[in-house]
Amino acid sequence: MVDEIAISAEGLTKIFKTSAMWNTAVDRLSLQVRRGETYGLIGPDGAGKTTTIRLLLGLLSHTEGKSSILGFDSINNTYEIRERVGYIAQQFVLPADLTVMENMRFFANIQGVTVDEQKKRIPELLAFAGLTDFTDRLAGQLSGGMKKKLALACSLVHAPQVVLLDEPTLGVDPVSRREFWNLLGNLRAEQGLTIFVCTPYMDEAERCNQIGLIYGGRLVVSNTPKQIKRMVAGELLEFTPSQFVAAREIMDRLEGVLEVQTYGEKLHIFVDDAERRKPQIEAALNSRGISHQEIRKIEVRMEEAFISLIRSQAKVEEASAPMTAAMS
Amino acid sequence: MQKTRQRLVALFLKESMQLLRDRRTLMMVFGLPAIELFLFGYAVALTVYHIPTAIVDQARTPQSRDFSLALVNSQYFDVKETLQSEDQVIAAIDAGDVKAGIVIPRDFSTRLENENANVLILLDGSDSFSTQSGYSAASIIAQNYSTQLTVEKIERAGIAAGPLFEDTSMPITTSIRVLYNPDLRDLWFILPAIIGMILQSMAVTLAALAIVREREVGTLEQILATPTRPFELILGKMIPLVVLCIVIIGITLGLGIFWFGVPFRGSLWLYMGLTLLFIISSLGLGLVISTIAKNQRQTIQITQMLMVFSMLLTGLVYPRNAMPAVSQFIGDLIPLTYFIRISRGIVTKGVGLGFFWGDALVLLIYGLIVIIIASFSFRNRLD
Repeated sequence: MVDEIAISAEGLTKIFKTSAMWNTAVDRLSLQVRRGETYGLIGPDGAGKTTTIRLLLGLLSHTEGKSSILGFDSINNTYEIRERVGYIAQQFVLPADLTVMENMRFFANIQGVTVDEQKKRIPELLAFAGLTDFTDRLAGQLSGGMKKKLALACSLVHAPQVVLLDEPTLGVDPVSRREFWNLLGNLRAEQGLTIFVCTPYMDEAERCNQIGLIYGGRLVVSNTPKQIKRMVAGELLEFTPSQFVAAREIMDRLEGVLEVQTYGEKLHIFVDDAERRKPQIEAALNSRGISHQEIRKIEVRMEEAFISLIRSQAKVEEASAPMTAAMS
Repeated sequence: MQKTRQRLVALFLKESMQLLRDRRTLMMVFGLPAIELFLFGYAVALTVYHIPTAIVDQARTPQSRDFSLALVNSQYFDVKETLQSEDQVIAAIDAGDVKAGIVIPRDFSTRLENENANVLILLDGSDSFSTQSGYSAASIIAQNYSTQLTVEKIERAGIAAGPLFEDTSMPITTSIRVLYNPDLRDLWFILPAIIGMILQSMAVTLAALAIVREREVGTLEQILATPTRPFELILGKMIPLVVLCIVIIGITLGLGIFWFGVPFRGSLWLYMGLTLLFIISSLGLGLVISTIAKNQRQTIQITQMLMVFSMLLTGLVYPRNAMPAVSQFIGDLIPLTYFIRISRGIVTKGVGLGFFWGDALVLLIYGLIVIIIASFSFRNRLD
């Protein structure tokens, strides 16, 4: 039971054909999500997150490849999947001119939940989402955070085994985001729900058991957050220079520097050996008269790992780009 | 089966509730038909009465005075000026003082005896509705007048009027207006068509918007991600609209009959049955449009274009048989074309299915085709 696969994709590919161009939104993506796992699909806007989730749900036809949820094929057994899966689309998309209660009832009926079950489940879910006092309010008049919670409650009304959430906290304030993720955490702990979530937020990514980094339609890496952070070569140094642009240029040319990232007014420098390079960096800055605060060695966070991995992926693609152009 | 019913009821309730809460759409749905009807009933008259007229009576006989009196009494012509010659009449029309001129020649009375009296009617061609009204009114009056005279003459000659009546050569114009609408009441002619026009534009727009709006907002994606089948979704959306359209036809027909006094001559049940067929065809056309239009603005543009075509090409105002083949063909693609003939047949003429079964059949086939096209292009996926 523990190792059972809830979601799987094999060489999943989606090409959108318009008269002007072919756009490969998802490119030979393969992944597996085990039951009870929380899988986070992380990537910048336009990376193919939404398309992937739609392909898994059978909301889009597959150009190539196969995918399944709970053993049901996304295309051939679409309805079996839709009966067992909860989904929150990216935009808030519950009918705005229906009340909280009417929305709950509508989704319960459309999922074929019996009246007896509804009487039990709906109050439970409303309490869980903290919406008990707002049952008569129109969905369109809820705050952003409450809308998301209502969407979650609606997507859970038929007791699904898997939920797919497409950027569920987009445009929601940090407090509500935290609340939303606490709800998800409870669901996973209490009901063993499998959660597949797309998000551009790195702090949310850290809450997942497994993470997939998607860039340009390709799954760059899929692993636990810890492993992904370890995949980045070198150690990380951080400091704030007085002359930002000049300091950056120096760092780019310095020996032993693997990668330079900017973080606000700070510079993040990946080096091969922190102890050996730290004095060299200080010396280089001083020789140019650039003052700086103390150079500290810090832990690689998801954000740095993410940028680093995406950069190396972009370099790989750049290198192969002329070949692709010649082929087409 | 059980779940299908549950889903259909849920979708129907959702759509109905949303429709009832959408005040602006509701006001449009109920207000617009009434406004359009009042516009056509009062503001837009296709027939022009009281055309300012100049008259030249060169005959100056009792018959010629009778004839000009008949013209005036018809209320179509108001004599503004009495002139002496044709040239003066033309000058008056050119100056814009009058829009019509009637010249009764010197030999009117003597030629009337020989059944070939001529009256010259001059009309200001720049005002097409005045021209049309003036022309048809004058020719009907002239015809009535000569008919009367002919009958009198025959009676004086001592011949029984009845059996020989058909043999006497008289210029009888047989147009639908004269046969079924002897007072030339525009609304009798226009109401059955306007009802169809209102119904079609409402049904097409509402059906197309119902889908496009949800797709644009994103609700459609959320509902598609449930086990809902496409046909359930479409039925759930269309049934409330059918009910709405039936309410609209009730309002327009009721206003037409009880407010404007348009007689309803045929079978109400037959009318309702065929109207339902027309509503379904129009809703289906709206669904087809929803598969083409990408957003609400495009939907409105397409439906407005359809409305312009419907106004011009379906026989609503302008007769179709005078149109070039291309225009007739485009008109053939619009369900209103068939419904107008059915509606006029039942409401104005009071004839039965036998007279327009062809139109009814086309409407049925039309409905089937658009629904098949719509359901083929409307899948359980987003692409």
